[in-house]
Amino acid sequence: MSDHALSAGHGHDDHIHPEPTSFLSKYVFSLDHKIIGIQFLFSGIIMFWIGGLLALAVRWQLAWPWKPIPILSELWADYGYRLPPEYYNKLFTMHATVMIFFVIIPLLTGAFGNFLIPLMIGARDMAFPKLNMYSYWAMWPAIILMTYSFFTPGGAAEAGWTSYPTLSTFSWSTPGSLDGQTLWLMSLLFAGISSLMGSINYITTIIMLRAPGMKMFRLPMTVWAMFITALLQAFALPVLTSALIMQLLDRTIGTNFFAPANWMVANSGNVVGGGQILLFQHLFWFYSHPAVYIMILPGMGMVSDILSTFSRKPLFGYKPMVFSISAIAGLGFIVWGHHMFQSGMNPALGATFMLSTMMIALPSAIKTFNWLGTMWGGRIQFTSPMLNAIGFVAMFVIGGLSGIFMAATPVDMHIHDTYFIVGHIHYVLFGGSTFAIFAGVYYWFPKMFGRMMNERLGKIHFFLSFTFFNGTFFLMHIIGMHGHPRRIADPSVYEFLRGSGVVGMNQFMTINAMLLGLAQLVIVYNFFYSLFFGPKAPANPWHANTLEWCCPSPPPYYNFLKIPTVYRMAYEYSSEGSEPLDYWPQDQPEKSDVVEAHVETH
Amino acid sequence: MKTDRLWTLLFAIGAIFATGCFIYARTDADWWLVPNVSSMGREIDHLFIIILWITGIVFIGTQIVLCYTLWTFADAPGRKAQYVHGQMKLEVIWTIIPASILVFLALYQMGTWSKIKFRSSLPKVQPVAEVTGRQFQWLFRYAGDDRRLHTDDDIITVNDFHFVKNEPTVIHLKSQDVLHAFFLPQFRIKQDAVPGLTIPVWFDSDTSGKFELVCAELCGWGHYKMRGNVTVHETQAEFDTWLKKAKTEQNRDQLALANAANGG
Ligand SMILES: [Cu+2]
Ligand SMILES: [Cu+2]
Repeated sequence: MSDHALSAGHGHDDHIHPEPTSFLSKYVFSLDHKIIGIQFLFSGIIMFWIGGLLALAVRWQLAWPWKPIPILSELWADYGYRLPPEYYNKLFTMHATVMIFFVIIPLLTGAFGNFLIPLMIGARDMAFPKLNMYSYWAMWPAIILMTYSFFTPGGAAEAGWTSYPTLSTFSWSTPGSLDGQTLWLMSLLFAGISSLMGSINYITTIIMLRAPGMKMFRLPMTVWAMFITALLQAFALPVLTSALIMQLLDRTIGTNFFAPANWMVANSGNVVGGGQILLFQHLFWFYSHPAVYIMILPGMGMVSDILSTFSRKPLFGYKPMVFSISAIAGLGFIVWGHHMFQSGMNPALGATFMLSTMMIALPSAIKTFNWLGTMWGGRIQFTSPMLNAIGFVAMFVIGGLSGIFMAATPVDMHIHDTYFIVGHIHYVLFGGSTFAIFAGVYYWFPKMFGRMMNERLGKIHFFLSFTFFNGTFFLMHIIGMHGHPRRIADPSVYEFLRGSGVVGMNQFMTINAMLLGLAQLVIVYNFFYSLFFGPKAPANPWHANTLEWCCPSPPPYYNFLKIPTVYRMAYEYSSEGSEPLDYWPQDQPEKSDVVEAHVETH
Repeated sequence: MKTDRLWTLLFAIGAIFATGCFIYARTDADWWLVPNVSSMGREIDHLFIIILWITGIVFIGTQIVLCYTLWTFADAPGRKAQYVHGQMKLEVIWTIIPASILVFLALYQMGTWSKIKFRSSLPKVQPVAEVTGRQFQWLFRYAGDDRRLHTDDDIITVNDFHFVKNEPTVIHLKSQDVLHAFFLPQFRIKQDAVPGLTIPVWFDSDTSGKFELVCAELCGWGHYKMRGNVTVHETQAEFDTWLKKAKTEQNRDQLALANAANGG
């Protein structure tokens, strides 16, 4: 009865909404956060393949410039079966756009955020289930517009994912700046609306719907990370949205926000302007630098929980971890200028951005040391989620350290816009975010689908991914410091890139990229095979402490028959007196109860 | 399982591969920083190598700790995990040490940065040329005999940039259409060319010879081929001779030449 009194103050109601019965309301226009999370997961996986194949075409061209690409070359029969250079620009533009806006952000926040937040805080659903459904379905206009843009005259956008004016604002500049760029802008506006609806929902849910006893400082790191990420999104996205709308207006009704004053385009006699080109870059990076953290913080949270579970040890330095993600989010708003050191921005401003950018490396360092501290002295179980989490830590270190080179303004003069930065971002977004996604899939698959994935295949997949990932991306630092520019369709134009070393490295990276792509077939097979034929999963297969593991796998429509009461943090592993068990779930008042429950489920 | 700790080897091999790449790079001209010929480039390389050492040591240190941890604390029968939630002293140590390294690094860069990019440190010399990027070529406008730009005797070359060894050299960088970036890899110089802005850029060279100019900012379908030739002359006289020749070439009149040939 005391539970009831506690929960009354938290705005819970104990009546459970009836489960929807029709297929459409159950699986398509679902209001259930778990289904919506899984919808985000499936569309993310599909887009992952598209984005990945685009990248392979990019890699092919870099390794063997103008050699017909297998299969795809039929598309370019008119060009002698060779990739036209403007198409090359479309490939890397779309690769980045798809991976950032349709894969990593929707997978981390849309799929894992949706599925996990209510379960981990002990709520029956999100605060606004309808808004949640809209947030998923706003992704589809975005995906459709982006896909459609390939088939318009001039084809898809080719101004890079950064989409700098004036390349992006004037239709004469390049074929992709015909309708393709307009569709690109409209598509991203939809993706932004989707993210914004999601983040408002996450913030509200985490503040309002925590189970009784779930204080903020008892939240698992995953939830903390999702909370901070949602705040970042809610504050940064409006700026991107306005930048996109301004660019759209420039393109459609000739507003010239981003065309310089009294500017005559290429002696055309046509004087335009009144705006500022660099303004777009400021607005764009004001969002897109925090976006890098939107793409890594949820991964950091998930990895923290997974490391603790499989080290059978409390998370080391919980509060420093919380403070450091908060610091990353705060500092994340005052470092955007590091993308603009060579842009013509006042160099004195560059110096201050260098200082703030150096400082943002600090919370990341603190987190890394705490992850090592978590594993130190533990009882490390090398399961497939754990391996991917360790891979995250090992690779994120490289991504973090290589960032320091770009933060140093003079060094940045040489490596800016070279492959060094391409290597850096892939160590953060593949070595970091993607391994975190893999870890999350292996870890929560049993909860999502009620079946276990195959461990052996999971390990083979990790081994191959880790190996070929390093083979694909590490040498990018080397060719980058040698001076290899990014976004060029044919490096052999330049004499200093014609040496056998550079050519050889480009080919080596491409071969590894193809193998990396092939290796992903293992997880796809494992995923779909286990979905139907995997062994049935118990409620708590990993013996973890967070609340999602105290409801059945998969959880019922209403998640919790009775809203759980939370007694402590989620990291009570290997504490005294819990033998023979080494864990103590958040909702269990006494350890003896755990032992009983444990015996029951076996 | 006892053999599970062998996974440590994979992470160790990854770290060795990464370290090995940079060690090998030092010995192969195709891998290392492309050879530098400018005075500011020397400073930039010095800063690069300092950061490489610091990050390299941190990298190797964390990977050793990671691998040691994985190997030593792997699950084994009878093993019990420690029950600790953290340690304030450690947190303070691993906050203060990286913080001071990072602040040192930032301050250590400032001098070079201001020497290269601050307007106040721009050498007080006539710009050797006005450089304009346009899809997909570089235009160089040199002053003629009146030593002033934008007069009738200007000499304009396409993708052909000349200046003199050991002289501080200034250009005025512009763009006609979209963003470009003036990138001289062998001089460690990079600056975006922005429509509507005129940005002064300075550099020098301690070596005469031929070098390459790269466009480093995406500027459209032909971005990849927006390449320029750079020639550094040994002496001012050599440069003047070239400029005179370029002027003769610019003013070449086939009709006059034909008349001269026939009428002679
Ligand atoms: Cu950034
Ligand atoms: Cu260009």
